Amino acid sequence: MDKALLEKIAFNVIQGRVEAEDEGFDEGLEGQPAVLELVKEGLQNGVDPKSIVLEALSESMEMVGEKFERGEYLIPDMLASAECVGVAMDLLSPHLIKAGIKTKGKFVIGTVAGDLHDIGKNIVSIMLKGAGYEVIDLGADVPTSRIVETVKEHQAPYLGLSALLTTTMRVMGDVVEKLKEEGLRDRVKVLIGGAPTSQEYANQIGADAHCKDAFEAIGLLKTMAS
Amino acid sequence: MTGPYREGILVKPYERLNLEQVKWLDEASLSILEEPGIWCYSERAAKLFKAHGARVREEKGASSACWHVSLPRGLVREAVSKAPSSFILGARKPENRLLLDAEVPRVYFGSGSEANVWIDVQMEQFVSTNDSQAKIRIPRFRELRGNSALLCRAARLCERLEHLDFFIRPLNIQDPGVNSDNHDVNKFFASLNNITKHMQAGLTKVERLKDVVRMGEIIAGGREALRKNPIISFITCVFKSPLQIVDQTAEKTFAIVESGLPLVISSSPQGGSSAPIQEAGMVAQINAEILAGISLTQLIKEGAPVLYGSVPVRARLDDLHDLYGCPEFNQYNIDCVQLARFYKIPCYSTAGVGDAKVPGMQATFEKLFTHLYMAMSGGQYIHYAFGLLDRTNSFCPVQAVLDNEQIGKIKHCLREPKVDPPIMEDMLRIVKKVMASPHRLFARHARKAMHAGDVSSPYRFEAKGLEDKALENALDYMSQLEREPAQHLDQATVDRIFDEIPGLLPGLKQAAESGKDIEFQRGELSDGQGTSGKDRI
Repeated sequence: MDKALLEKIAFNVIQGRVEAEDEGFDEGLEGQPAVLELVKEGLQNGVDPKSIVLEALSESMEMVGEKFERGEYLIPDMLASAECVGVAMDLLSPHLIKAGIKTKGKFVIGTVAGDLHDIGKNIVSIMLKGAGYEVIDLGADVPTSRIVETVKEHQAPYLGLSALLTTTMRVMGDVVEKLKEEGLRDRVKVLIGGAPTSQEYANQIGADAHCKDAFEAIGLLKTMAS
Repeated sequence: MTGPYREGILVKPYERLNLEQVKWLDEASLSILEEPGIWCYSERAAKLFKAHGARVREEKGASSACWHVSLPRGLVREAVSKAPSSFILGARKPENRLLLDAEVPRVYFGSGSEANVWIDVQMEQFVSTNDSQAKIRIPRFRELRGNSALLCRAARLCERLEHLDFFIRPLNIQDPGVNSDNHDVNKFFASLNNITKHMQAGLTKVERLKDVVRMGEIIAGGREALRKNPIISFITCVFKSPLQIVDQTAEKTFAIVESGLPLVISSSPQGGSSAPIQEAGMVAQINAEILAGISLTQLIKEGAPVLYGSVPVRARLDDLHDLYGCPEFNQYNIDCVQLARFYKIPCYSTAGVGDAKVPGMQATFEKLFTHLYMAMSGGQYIHYAFGLLDRTNSFCPVQAVLDNEQIGKIKHCLREPKVDPPIMEDMLRIVKKVMASPHRLFARHARKAMHAGDVSSPYRFEAKGLEDKALENALDYMSQLEREPAQHLDQATVDRIFDEIPGLLPGLKQAAESGKDIEFQRGELSDGQGTSGKDRI
């Protein structure tokens, strides 16, 4: 029973179906229970939340990643699957906490002050959540002080900063300086991204790394954790 | 029509002329056919026109026998009205058939011309004279004389170009063993043995029509089968502009119409030399020539399937050569498409040919300029669209690959809009759903459209860095396509063709039989018929 349900959840993650009305990668799946309904069913039936995470969500996301690598999936497919995992994690989190199971870590993310662009930041946010991080997304045009306060409040080990404008990217440097002033810089890894940014710029402002996209961010976080 | 056919692209036609202007041009053409009339060098055609009410008098003192023919507008109107407004062009594979309907702007693209030269392209690395570490790869071009092996290769490649809907032999075959007597059978066989799409060509020698038709019958499965599924059709340039019917092509027109197979009545005056350069004069004249040619076909046999073939070009004013990459080319051609629609005859139109001699920015500009515009016009059968360079003098296979990508994008661009109440309802549902979600990102909802093929892909030959790799990437892609298996005729059919049809080059059969067809098609045979260095022109 559990195994069949876990397989169904995994299948729907790969299909990128959050809820029953969603279409999948394959034709004709609309109307059938999807990740949201199946995870709820699992919790009601007492399925171990940890096994849902490990056997249904993590494995299937790895398969989605492989499909992307092979060119079978494009970004919308990846995001759909990541969103499935994110929705599942929202449902599972209270149960996991109760069971003493930790996430991969807290990741504070936001677009810096003066910049309203958030598409890239949103993609990173969805993908990181799908990869098992607890994402605290502050949105766009976030004041430097609020970013630093959030890192402090949550004791987050990771911070992601986004900017799309050459005029706002300098604010990333302000955030790094403020982290230093608050004595937080050594406790948080700062990742930056956005069209005008680069590894050189990350070095210049004293950030830990530049990520060209969400996949690079996930890869980098794995390295940082190991 | 029942059965499958190629989808082409159904467009909402862009019209340059209003109906009043179309009628003025129509009237002017009919007026030209009455006075000054046409000069007919075919006694048979002159007699036929006379028998149907034309005023015909022999021209005294002409160097060849010639008749002046004044065509009454009633004769032309009635004859043109007899031409069918829709018919099919068949293909070896049923799904490759074409449905031509003058009242439906379904656009097909195909190759064209009969170029003497094949442009071979290879990338070569060069080192900067200033910095030995700085290297660049650029294309080198080589001209080869067209031959049957290269025509096979062109047909085989065109089979794999998904946006090429029909095949007009793009290359003249000039093998040592080919002469005017066996030119037709070899060019038709080389093409038909390598492509399953509709195949069309001009006829070199009217006496060999029966052999070409017989070849078609063997492949299609018999006499009636070929008429029902005409896998081959013909192009005749019955008019030499201005306003002269040529004896030899008139004879071909008679023979082809009597064979029951489709044909194009094609005219190609040059604005500024053999026709007025002004749009109104050029179009009135070419339309007169085409109408007279179509009238001839219908007087030979009422209901003969015929395409309105318009290839109007403009002269360069510095040397009077053809000039294709110019706005007037589009203006002339779109007017002709509108006139063909007015007469309810499917239109053989023209796009994708330019003046550039090699693939590159000029070629891309000239081709896009006409491909897009002529596709928008809704002409049913657009020829010259693949691989032509240096006006119509060269065929370059990698250019055909680049054109395929361009035409694919144009077909996508001109797709019918998907806007209706159920779709709007679906879109509103998505907007509401996304706006209620934390990230307000529509990417996930692109999947349905993406998987349905509604979302186009990026340019296939794009480069990732600060460089233009279109040609290099297209060459790589071409090499992949050329590794795909050939769609040859089955061995029994080939044997039967070689038994019944005289004059075929043995090499065409041997290469396919031995499995060395790719080498043969690359012109690498050692029997002296290939394209070795000595064949460079």
